[in-house]
Amino acid sequence: MTDTVIKDTVIKLADLVGQPAAKAEPFVLSDAEKHEIEHELTHFPDGRAASIEALKIVQKHRGWVPDGALEPVAQLIGITAAELEGVATFYSQIYRKPVGRHVVKVCDSITCFLVGFDEIKAALEQQLGIGFGQTTADGRFTLLPICCIGACDKGPALMVDDDLHYDLTPQNLATVLEAYK
Amino acid sequence: MSDYAQIEKELLVRPLTARINAKLPVDIASYEATGGYRAIRQAIKELSPADVQTRVKDSNLRGRGGAGFPTGVKWGLVPMGPDAGSKYLVCNADEMEPNTFKDRLLMEDAPHQLIEGMLVAAYAIQATAGYIFLRGEYVKSAQRLNAALAEARAAGLLGDNILGSGWSFTLIVHTGAGRYICGEETALINSLEGRRANPRAKPPFPQIAGAWGRPTVVNNVESLSNLAHIINNGADWFKGLSQGKSKDGGTKLYGASGRVKRGGIYELPIGTTAREILEEHAGGMRDGYTLKCWLPGGASTDFLMPEHLDLAMDFDTIAKAGSRMGTGLILALDQTHNMVSAVRNLEEFFARESCGWCTPCRDGLPWSVKMLRALEEGRGSAEDIVQLQKLTRLLGPGKTFCAHAPGAMEPLQSALKFFRSEFEAGIAQTPAPAAAGAPATGAASAKVA
Repeated sequence: MTDTVIKDTVIKLADLVGQPAAKAEPFVLSDAEKHEIEHELTHFPDGRAASIEALKIVQKHRGWVPDGALEPVAQLIGITAAELEGVATFYSQIYRKPVGRHVVKVCDSITCFLVGFDEIKAALEQQLGIGFGQTTADGRFTLLPICCIGACDKGPALMVDDDLHYDLTPQNLATVLEAYK
Repeated sequence: MSDYAQIEKELLVRPLTARINAKLPVDIASYEATGGYRAIRQAIKELSPADVQTRVKDSNLRGRGGAGFPTGVKWGLVPMGPDAGSKYLVCNADEMEPNTFKDRLLMEDAPHQLIEGMLVAAYAIQATAGYIFLRGEYVKSAQRLNAALAEARAAGLLGDNILGSGWSFTLIVHTGAGRYICGEETALINSLEGRRANPRAKPPFPQIAGAWGRPTVVNNVESLSNLAHIINNGADWFKGLSQGKSKDGGTKLYGASGRVKRGGIYELPIGTTAREILEEHAGGMRDGYTLKCWLPGGASTDFLMPEHLDLAMDFDTIAKAGSRMGTGLILALDQTHNMVSAVRNLEEFFARESCGWCTPCRDGLPWSVKMLRALEEGRGSAEDIVQLQKLTRLLGPGKTFCAHAPGAMEPLQSALKFFRSEFEAGIAQTPAPAAAGAPATGAASAKVA
């Protein structure tokens, strides 16, 4: 290896400093998001404790939590972006990819499993044309599994966004989904 | 007014659900009209924190979250005195144990009963702040609790210098973002602090060094909901609620689900038999279905058989039978259910919900799923069953950082014990002796009916 090559390399790297990464989109927290996160901070003796709620606030406004959100949110609550990412990737109800306008969360725990989960899953996949972890082409629904949602005496059960639906059959699913445009 | 008198009478028999059964509105006026907030007023006026602790200890209330640890004893470790500094009370409302839906009822339909219970507990340990750690999916619970908290604040029952006592206590709802492990006491504290919900080493116990390093008590919704009643009516009354069916005191929210006629929640004396719960209160199995086996109280309990139905549903009796009462909500399996499939579903749940902190749990649970799926699809081997049996030991108590993996092994070990033939039926058929020289690949695809 010669000095020239090393020098060239250094110059090339230096040129890149300060250049935005090719695909990074500018991210600015809205005033509403900032205000809500700052309010959360008042509830705890330590800013870090607001991390989950802060991520949920961003998700409420944008549907999901883009990478760009991590740095400004972390700054606001006083932890590093890496620490916040550790939190964001741990919790299953924080979405790190864009989701549809409505998220269908189907209980796949033991009780629903024993009273008809497989049939509900098959019917959903057939009616929506997607599997778990996918979003319909029109961006209307994302389909996800979820842990027991505490409707065991009325299973099979699912949630669409914040709404609980139970006593499901492959036949009544279409009516349930119809309400979500 | 006579309606209220009737409810107050009923509260002496079914303290947790008398108001709910009477369809009493959930607002503070209705709650106070039926004796609500009498306990905390009396405690502040006439009882010292030590008196409250003693009364709860004497009642022998055992934690209703599943472990059954005596609530009063749990409080006893908290440092007391004027120099104790900030202390926290956390309500574990992260109800995510599969087949558990009792705390939802208490939070949606009796929010003030929980808040008063938390006030009693907080007063007893002289907590300075409280958090209801609620799973995010319980949206209606959050709405009802927040509305009730606003009413309680307006009534001077929360905040600074409560009822002129000089004691201050704030209480808010904190909602989570998924993950079953948050229900584990120390993982819950990490989550409350805004961290990944990995469990912590014990000791130090949370009562000494919990949230933000301060003394912290974590109690379940149902445990806390009992407290105002214990203050109102005394430890002996509480003990008597079990009507001699158990040496434990109180009522218990039992439940039934699966293909039973009337699934739901029933408040009954603790120690009521599983048979009474399933056959009388749940109305028995639906027509055409017979009981094959049952889980006494959640995914992390051992299966029991129909011959165990006459056991008293309390912590010690069910433990003696080789299982755990857990949350006390019975899941009935019927003759249509295959045990390998059921256990595969359970272990998939535990594998997905493992926090990944310790290796046996993180790697052992997915391994068990892989073997169970092979057996379920008729392409398993005899070695899989031997290995599954080994895992029940290697992921058992003492081998992992917390109780997650040992809990996951309970349904597996009991299914292997009671239904071994169903596992063996999943072993791929070996080629007939005449074809012994044939390539083994043919056997791998063989299906067992």
